Amino acid sequence: MTTISRTTYQIPIGPIHPALKEPVNFTFEIDGEKIINVDIRLGHVHRSIEWAGTKRNFIQVLYLAERICGICSYCHPMSLALAVERTAHIDVPERAEYLRVVHSELERIASHILWVGVAAHEIGFDSVLFLTWQVREMVLDLIEYLTGNRITKGITMIGGVRRDLTAEMVPRILETLQQLKKQVQRLHRVMLDDSTIQMRCRNCGVLTKEDALKLCAVGPTARASGVRKDVRLDQPYFAFGDLDFEYTTPDVLTGEVHGDVYDRIIVRLLEIQQSIDLIEQSLDRLPAGDIVAESKLPALLASLKKVTGEGIGRMEAPRGEVFHYVRLTAAESPYCWKVRAPTYNNILPWIPMLLGQQIADIPIIAASIDPCMSCTNRVTLVEDNQPSLVDRETLHQLSLEKTRRLRL
Amino acid sequence: MTTTRVTPEEIVSSFQTRFPQGITQPRVERHNGGTLKTEFVHVWFRIETGLLKEAVKHLFAFEPYPHFAVTSGYDLGDTIELVYHFSLFYGERGREISLNMTVTLPKDNPVIDTITDLIPGALISEQEKQEMLGVQIRGIPKDARVFVADDIPEGVFPWRRDETGPDKLVRNLHEGDP
Repeated sequence: MTTISRTTYQIPIGPIHPALKEPVNFTFEIDGEKIINVDIRLGHVHRSIEWAGTKRNFIQVLYLAERICGICSYCHPMSLALAVERTAHIDVPERAEYLRVVHSELERIASHILWVGVAAHEIGFDSVLFLTWQVREMVLDLIEYLTGNRITKGITMIGGVRRDLTAEMVPRILETLQQLKKQVQRLHRVMLDDSTIQMRCRNCGVLTKEDALKLCAVGPTARASGVRKDVRLDQPYFAFGDLDFEYTTPDVLTGEVHGDVYDRIIVRLLEIQQSIDLIEQSLDRLPAGDIVAESKLPALLASLKKVTGEGIGRMEAPRGEVFHYVRLTAAESPYCWKVRAPTYNNILPWIPMLLGQQIADIPIIAASIDPCMSCTNRVTLVEDNQPSLVDRETLHQLSLEKTRRLRL
Repeated sequence: MTTTRVTPEEIVSSFQTRFPQGITQPRVERHNGGTLKTEFVHVWFRIETGLLKEAVKHLFAFEPYPHFAVTSGYDLGDTIELVYHFSLFYGERGREISLNMTVTLPKDNPVIDTITDLIPGALISEQEKQEMLGVQIRGIPKDARVFVADDIPEGVFPWRRDETGPDKLVRNLHEGDP
């Protein structure tokens, strides 16, 4: 008679799986319905961007950095700009520092609203997903109004920003913010006053404060576990040191910290309100003056070619601290460019969140850190001032044709 | 643990006292932002490679949970340099200090101790340095690839600038475009 000693089994999930919105590979060890171990494999969309950056000049690297992520398309180039500015001792005009706050917080609002929709979808609440998409459109329209683009904004420049904000633009911004406030209140009611959501997400995917600290978690993932960590407050870059705001942890609303999925929902919803307030404060205090330290790009590139040194740029991206390091060696390109997106630090915290949970909890726990591996799936072409939208199918056909041309 | 506010100069001095011959090129950068010119500080120094682990332990004298951001790294020809980026005193407005420690490893024996027993969250960064730079992390608890694809041959390290670098694998797609 043979005996079966193994009582557990493995389930691989990802890199392509309906439960995941981003390519990542989990291998779960399961006992019955319970997760007893998990292994995580990344790198499915690693595009060697840091390596490619060392082959380009500093302006070109800005645009490359913008394409690291479709949602964080502002904080990556801006963190790179901060690192370069600190290495090259470039003083950014005060007006540009305020404009940088406005764009930074618009990005956070768009990202957090998108996340609320994804989280709702993962627990089967698709009507909220479509509501959030509608609200997010208002933010993207405003971003397009201010930068000319919805996703890859092209607003970053070393030493400032590329576009000013005129007095005529302010009423439309304020009006959109007013509408947003109403919609965000509605999202609060939908997500936080619903007992089903609370039952589904409370005590699910818990990350203790100690684990968050030991595993170096960042952003809303860390704050939902009670860790007061926010680069905007810890090291007030841009004009954040002038503005009135506080660390957002779930006890601000509920008086307690559970460190679960529900607390991550609370933190992000509160941060949307906080970002609206920060934009209003910035518009109130917006100083006059230049928007960039050096407006002539050849002069900027020539001066950067003489710089030797190293520096770091850190920002509080929607998902947490984004970190860029550069080493300059009086050359046209950076000698070293290290990019660390927030999800990089939030991968290991996934493990204690998932252990002991049920298989059915995997999608919402995976989504709860707002993972970001890569994004973007459509293109707008502008030819002779006539915009046309290339849909996914056409884009797919174009890539097939190009692959054939390349004889790959 | 120190509870009073510590200046960046005191941090550098504390490391110099603890490691009298091990700390070189200390530098305190003061940056500011906004119309109020709110100041924040970045501290940099180089540390002897064999002392890195003790130096990380020394961080705990200032902060119960020093935040590890990432390790940057680059190939300088005969040597590889790693820059360990930490944050101290976060959680209180304007008080955080970024601390950056650089170590130099010889190219012919690029070995350094793991810090994951002190800061478990450093694991992915250490795995990345192994696969990207060919650095051997002594005592790393998980010795598997994390970012580099399985079809990249063993012995190729994408951030190296020598014959073990990625150049022979690079394919410029635009060169095949008619």
